[in-house]
Amino acid sequence: MYSFGMTDEQTLVRDAMRDFAAEVFRPIGRQCDEGSSIPSDVLQSVWELGLTSTQLPEEYGGGGEPRSAVTNAIVLEELAHGDAAVAVAAASPSLFANAIADYGSAAQKERYLPAFCGESFHSASLAVVEPGPLSEPMRPRTQAEPKGDGWVLSGAKSCVVLGDQAKQFLVLARNQDQVDAFIVDREAEGLTISEPELNMGLKGLSTARLDFERVNVSASDRLGEEAGSNVAAILNSTRIGQAAALLGLSRAVLEFCVPYSKDRVAFDEPISKKQSIAFRLAEMHIHIEALRNLVWQGASFLEQGLDATKAARLARTYANEHALWISDNGIQVLGGHGFIREHPVEMWFRHARTLSVLEGTVAV
Amino acid sequence: MIDFVPSENDQKAFDQARASAMICRKYARHYDENEQEMAPEKLPEADEFYAEHPNPAPPGEGDSSMLTRMARISMINYWGDYTVRLIRESGGLGNAALEASGTPEQIAKWGKLCLSMAITEPGCGSDPSRVATTAVLDSETNEWIINGEKIFVTTGIRADAVVLWATLDKSAGRGGIKSFLIEKGTPGFNVPHKEKKLGIRADDTAAYVFTDCRIPRDNLLGGDEKVNLKNSGGFRGVMKTFNMTRPLTAAMGLGLAEAAIDFTRDQLEASEIEIDYMAGPGSQTAAAEKFIRLEALFDASKLTTMQACWLAGEGKPNNMESSVCKAHAGGAVRAVTQGCIEILGAMGISREHLLEKWTRDCRITDIYEGTGEIQRLIIARGLLDYTRADLK
Repeated sequence: MYSFGMTDEQTLVRDAMRDFAAEVFRPIGRQCDEGSSIPSDVLQSVWELGLTSTQLPEEYGGGGEPRSAVTNAIVLEELAHGDAAVAVAAASPSLFANAIADYGSAAQKERYLPAFCGESFHSASLAVVEPGPLSEPMRPRTQAEPKGDGWVLSGAKSCVVLGDQAKQFLVLARNQDQVDAFIVDREAEGLTISEPELNMGLKGLSTARLDFERVNVSASDRLGEEAGSNVAAILNSTRIGQAAALLGLSRAVLEFCVPYSKDRVAFDEPISKKQSIAFRLAEMHIHIEALRNLVWQGASFLEQGLDATKAARLARTYANEHALWISDNGIQVLGGHGFIREHPVEMWFRHARTLSVLEGTVAV
Repeated sequence: MIDFVPSENDQKAFDQARASAMICRKYARHYDENEQEMAPEKLPEADEFYAEHPNPAPPGEGDSSMLTRMARISMINYWGDYTVRLIRESGGLGNAALEASGTPEQIAKWGKLCLSMAITEPGCGSDPSRVATTAVLDSETNEWIINGEKIFVTTGIRADAVVLWATLDKSAGRGGIKSFLIEKGTPGFNVPHKEKKLGIRADDTAAYVFTDCRIPRDNLLGGDEKVNLKNSGGFRGVMKTFNMTRPLTAAMGLGLAEAAIDFTRDQLEASEIEIDYMAGPGSQTAAAEKFIRLEALFDASKLTTMQACWLAGEGKPNNMESSVCKAHAGGAVRAVTQGCIEILGAMGISREHLLEKWTRDCRITDIYEGTGEIQRLIIARGLLDYTRADLK
């Protein structure tokens, strides 16, 4: 049935996350960007909300609540509305944990999940993007070459979220004729983790480049062990998650531009009374509403166990294009002030530009 | 609950609509090329079709609401053709206006007629407060005397009667506008011609001329002829109508855009061009990448339109949402159909195929029932908390 109504619980979660992001994320967004790091007490405060643990199985210490991709998309929108960089950092452990919960063997769940249900922020990341042009998640250049019972990983990844602190990485690599995910410890021999990369936006994320020089991984390190996993499904979830984050970011831009344009006077009236500005704001709103429906569509397909490949790509494609348009035009509405780092819009534009080319940062 | 998967019953209704649309499509080109011919009220295939495809059950528990389903079915109908139907619906836009602003007696009296709606005039389109058609009361005979000219009247030829906008007092602006019901055959009511158009050529669009046309005093819809400067029942009545019709108008254009999408996908597949939703620009054709962007635009518009109808079905306010979906669809259908022609190249403009027709037909979506610019004014006022006077 086609239905667009949030449940009462989803409305409560949305309101709580909106308030939290406004109080905790928004005020430190600029500081995280300028300092290229996120204060650990902020990540800890989100951790204590149970963002990651609530939907993990009880047997590993989680809350055991059923996972709702739609609710998670609503949460990501609200968190990114506060600040996209902090939101991605805070939500990134869930991506790794949920992949283990969905596809991991019993031993892998036993080994990795309890840390995500513990008291302190625990980071682990997905490694999808590769250095060089035209990186594509399902066409990794990183190779997993069979050796004995295990594999040898060779290649490189970049833009790995929280590379400075992630304990494990879930690394996508070509394993003969398929793409597999391998769990690699940050202490693994042959793995070199770079200093934080210097990126245009989402600077607080402190991303790293990973170089794999003949890193040995055992049979027990392949996600799902013998059964393997569904890398495409993991990627679909990340695409919808990123689209949800771009949605929240876009809304932040619009909601900043509305009061600004009502205050700013030119030629004896607020610029918001000029159609060139008013129509731009209307256009932003139109695309934000439409994007939310694409995000919800993808999330509801995932939630119902349907193939979300196309829906995820459409949400992602629309989010990339329109979050960029919205943040770019947000700068234009502010004019010269849009270019000045005193206002957040230039930062949000850089965040949008960055998030729209990344893969595998957050998921629903 | 947020859910985008049709129920089994929904799907049956959509399948029936699709099967009927495929029959109608066979007639699409003929009535486009023969603009002055009117498509029949009932196609020869109709009886056999309904014997084989009985009407699906109305929505129940677990199904999409009636209005949400209607939005999707409307898209599917227009996917077949803009105008041709197995059996033509009897109502017009005026019927919705009568429902929204007529008294119970008026609805009982005229509700079964096919009613067109006449607002636009040669000198007034987007700004209906400039309506120049006048209604003057002759208190001796208790009749209204109507004078003026209307254009772009949908279902204008075959309508039995019209819901007409006329002003009682030009100096009162919008407040002076009231709607009147005038039956065909009333002396002084003339229908000079069917309009010649870029697209939707088969559609019945007429011009009306009123010269000292006399109608009973009771033909004023709503029955209240007091001119109220701030609160015009007439204007508000029509805006209420538009809250339902804007999403359905969007749905109509989207059906044409979906036809273009499906045709283009078939052509790409026939040319062995793979559309890979996982791949990036480094490993698939520019045509496939562009096609995915058009699909995203279409899906976004389709869902947003269904959302506005869903809200209406829930009895929730949808003023902003109906403008959002109309504005979105107006742009999306232009971009999608024109983009499909660009992908397919010269084949796209050939009259041997329907793509060029869908491109012409859907161009009206961003114009009628409030242009894209008008929708943006409504949306911007909503966002900025402005009145009509604050933002013009």
